Amino acid sequence: MPKRGTPPLQGDLLQGTLDVLILKTLALGPAHGHTIAHLIEQRSDEVLQVEHGSLYPALHRLEDRGWISSFWGTSENNRRARYYRLTPVGRRELAEQTSRWDLMVAAINRVLKPAME
Amino acid sequence: MSWRRFFRRSRWDEERARELESNLQIETDAQIARGLSPEDARAAARRKLGNATRIREEIYAMNTIGWLETLWQDLRYGARLLRLNPGFATVAILSLALGVGANAAIFQLIDTVRLRTLPVSHPEQLVEIQIGSTHRTGSFTGRRPMLTYPLLEAIRRDQQAFSGLAVWSAAQFDLSQGGEAQNVQALYVNGDFFPTLGVEPIAGRLFVPSDDVRGCGAPGVVISYPFWQRQYGGAASVIGQTLTLDGHAFDILGVTPAAFFGVDVGRSFDVAVPLCADSIIRAEKGRLDGRASWWLAVLGRLKPGWSATRATAQLAAISPGLFRATLPEQYGPDDAKGYLAMKLAAAPAPAGTSALRRRYDTPLWLLLGATALLLLITCANLANLLLARATAREREIAVRLALGASRTRIVRQLLAESLLIACAGTVFGALVADWLSRFIVGLLSTETSQIFLDFHLDWRVFALMSGLAVVTALLFGLAPALRATQTAPAEVMKTGGRSATDTHERFSLRRALVVAQVALSLVLVLGALLFARTLQNLATIDPGFQPAGLVSINLDLRRTAIPAADLAAAKTRLTERVRALPGVTSAAEARIVPFDGNFWNELIVINGIQQPGIPYFNRVGPDYFRTIGTKLVRGRDFSAHDTASSPAVAIVSQSFVRKYLGNGDPIGRAFRIRMPPGQTSPNYQVIGVVEDTKYQSVRDPFGPLVFTAAAQDPAPDAFGTAVVRSNLPLATLASEATTAITGIDPAAVVQFEPVEQDLYSLLLPERLMATLSVFFGLLAALLATIGLYGVLSYMVARRRNEIGIRMTLGASTRTVIRLILGEASLLVTVGLAIGVVLAVASGRAANALLYGLRASDPLTMGLAAALLVTVAALASWIPAMRAARVDPNVALREE
Repeated sequence: MPKRGTPPLQGDLLQGTLDVLILKTLALGPAHGHTIAHLIEQRSDEVLQVEHGSLYPALHRLEDRGWISSFWGTSENNRRARYYRLTPVGRRELAEQTSRWDLMVAAINRVLKPAME
Repeated sequence: MSWRRFFRRSRWDEERARELESNLQIETDAQIARGLSPEDARAAARRKLGNATRIREEIYAMNTIGWLETLWQDLRYGARLLRLNPGFATVAILSLALGVGANAAIFQLIDTVRLRTLPVSHPEQLVEIQIGSTHRTGSFTGRRPMLTYPLLEAIRRDQQAFSGLAVWSAAQFDLSQGGEAQNVQALYVNGDFFPTLGVEPIAGRLFVPSDDVRGCGAPGVVISYPFWQRQYGGAASVIGQTLTLDGHAFDILGVTPAAFFGVDVGRSFDVAVPLCADSIIRAEKGRLDGRASWWLAVLGRLKPGWSATRATAQLAAISPGLFRATLPEQYGPDDAKGYLAMKLAAAPAPAGTSALRRRYDTPLWLLLGATALLLLITCANLANLLLARATAREREIAVRLALGASRTRIVRQLLAESLLIACAGTVFGALVADWLSRFIVGLLSTETSQIFLDFHLDWRVFALMSGLAVVTALLFGLAPALRATQTAPAEVMKTGGRSATDTHERFSLRRALVVAQVALSLVLVLGALLFARTLQNLATIDPGFQPAGLVSINLDLRRTAIPAADLAAAKTRLTERVRALPGVTSAAEARIVPFDGNFWNELIVINGIQQPGIPYFNRVGPDYFRTIGTKLVRGRDFSAHDTASSPAVAIVSQSFVRKYLGNGDPIGRAFRIRMPPGQTSPNYQVIGVVEDTKYQSVRDPFGPLVFTAAAQDPAPDAFGTAVVRSNLPLATLASEATTAITGIDPAAVVQFEPVEQDLYSLLLPERLMATLSVFFGLLAALLATIGLYGVLSYMVARRRNEIGIRMTLGASTRTVIRLILGEASLLVTVGLAIGVVLAVASGRAANALLYGLRASDPLTMGLAAALLVTVAALASWIPAMRAARVDPNVALREE
């Protein structure tokens, strides 16, 4: 049975990107879904809008792979919220995906830059 | 595929629901913080979060396994539907359980008796040494008298095919020290028996070749696991204890494993002794040197690279030499010629040997055929029931199809329902199978011959059962399921859809199913009647005497102090003691009691000419004929004046007179027994003629019989038999007679057996066939009745408004009833006609088991048909009455 909702990174750039963005956000410390979405939007200067419809399935997928783990905690406003934190495996994965991202950006730039000059 | 995720998917879903809910709260808080009113904030948060159910569904889909999820849904849906229709579910599951259960039980029996290999190492290498065409005379003892000891030794010397020979002979020993016998089943085995089979002891040790040497003093005994448990409670201290077998002490050496019952399927053993013990137990009658004493059966283990064919060739090559070297010296030229022409052969025997197998082979296969028919009827019945249900749910299915349900999904749902029925049917079927096979073994076992069969559900039986369930589910699930979805939704949903023509085709399938059921039921009902009548014919045969109230007493005087010269007189005296007991009408000595399994026959010579045929013989004392209840028609009975020194006399049966003595007065005529060269027979003078009696089997026709006088026995031995007629209960007779006999000598051993018991045992295969086929026949008739009832009720329901119109137009109640009954009689008539053809075709297989009638017996056929017509009439009466009570007003208003 193919793993549903886990297409290869290159196949779905957007989804793969969301995964690495979530991992990066959680590298700063544990956070719940709302904070994760909010931080990504804030740090990208609102360029990236995180759809909740994609966020939760992505969180579920990452947790299922063992890259992040979850626990129930209390939010800033004293609300019960489900917090996520990066696991050691997730930390390794973040490093690997970040370097892969750099490689890809550099490669794309090498293709795009000469044409623009 | 992740099963972990699959089984945790519901918990995950709840978790996500809670998480999304909490996030909604947090988002709302954030919006309020931006200055929105609580209501607007909540609405904005909802907008931002989007469709929470969609998100949950997406995550749920990640966790689940698609086909499994829907299968589970289908099964739950099916179970709910079955719970809603308990009547349908009960009939469906019960009939399937009976069909599958009966099949599995009979197959399990066939498997145990025929197919299963022996529980020994590498059973596939085992072959039995047999003699091709046999011309053997002499004494035959044991359950499988194949070889003599001298022949065995010659084979052991010259054979090359086998790495080991396992030799055995069954016997019965008495554990008592005198008084009433306590018999145990015994095996004589050679020293190589256990090593060749690869059987290891579970306590102590088993025999090795050095235990079985000629002249072994007091050899040990090996006991079986069941005997160990029964007699000693499984105590380890049993090793080294002493066991008395026929008055001889044996040390217990070891215990065989629980699964090992010997090599004779259907029988087990309690104790095993080496072959050399025969000369201790039977003393001067020992069989080790007897060249005409046939008592041994031999299994050989093939050497690597040898096949049964190659072994047969080698055995055939050495046969002439073997038989020449072991020719019994007492054989005349005819016997010698036959003996020397015999050839040894090796027959594959991975499943051991079995007399039970030979005796019940045809009955078991016939019964398997009957149960297969029963299963077919069951399937037809279920298909009919399911078809009826599919029709009833036609509208529901049409609505769902119209709403966009896929055809496959609906077919799958209907199939899931049948699969549930099949599974439940199989589970209950396993219970039925277990019960039925116990019942059959109970039926086959008598007090004197315990049938031992090692029942356990092995994988083949299990595979057969689950296979049956799946095939059945497909068979009776697929057709109704496909038909139900083939109808166009619009057609069904039209209000007038009930009378649309598409139903005609469906209805004829149901009618065809009923016709098939009636036809197959006729075959089974006919079989039931045939076997029941066969048993009745056999049970009511006049054996020529009165077996009821007759008891045979077996005496063993070997351990008594009575000197050999006094044995004949002692036996007469003991018989007189028994005769004198209160409640005993009469008693007489007899060497052979009818139906006890023994026989004695001799060629006779009249006026120097050897006569055709071999009449049966018996040796009886005075009053024998009055005791068994047969009449002396001419001459006189034996009396005290007939002694060893008076002229030899004989009483013969009427058949003997007709065959050998012709017309004229038989009294005073004489004959001799044909003796081996060098011996002379006394000249027997006929002193009386008695009515014909059966000798070995009630099935045999009356044959010529010769009775000689007990007092004129030329070589009286330590064994005696007497028949006693009394009105005492068996237990009372046994204890009083035992006291009377042991009063003369306490070491005398006695044993009692009602003659009717032997008669009962003889008829066991017929009793098995009759009991089970009646059971199957009744079941088949019942199922056919349910089927017919179902079709007719359905027809009445469908034609309600037609009937209403007919009645409005003036049709009488009688016309309506005739309409329904006409339909019923058409179905039954066609079914019966097909059934008769099937029955005649399949009847030939049964002929060998019938007695006093043929499978094509018109009376029985008529009776079976009449029986089915009667139950069919009952089955159609209720729907017909229902049709007659249709109120035209109500029926027409429904439209």
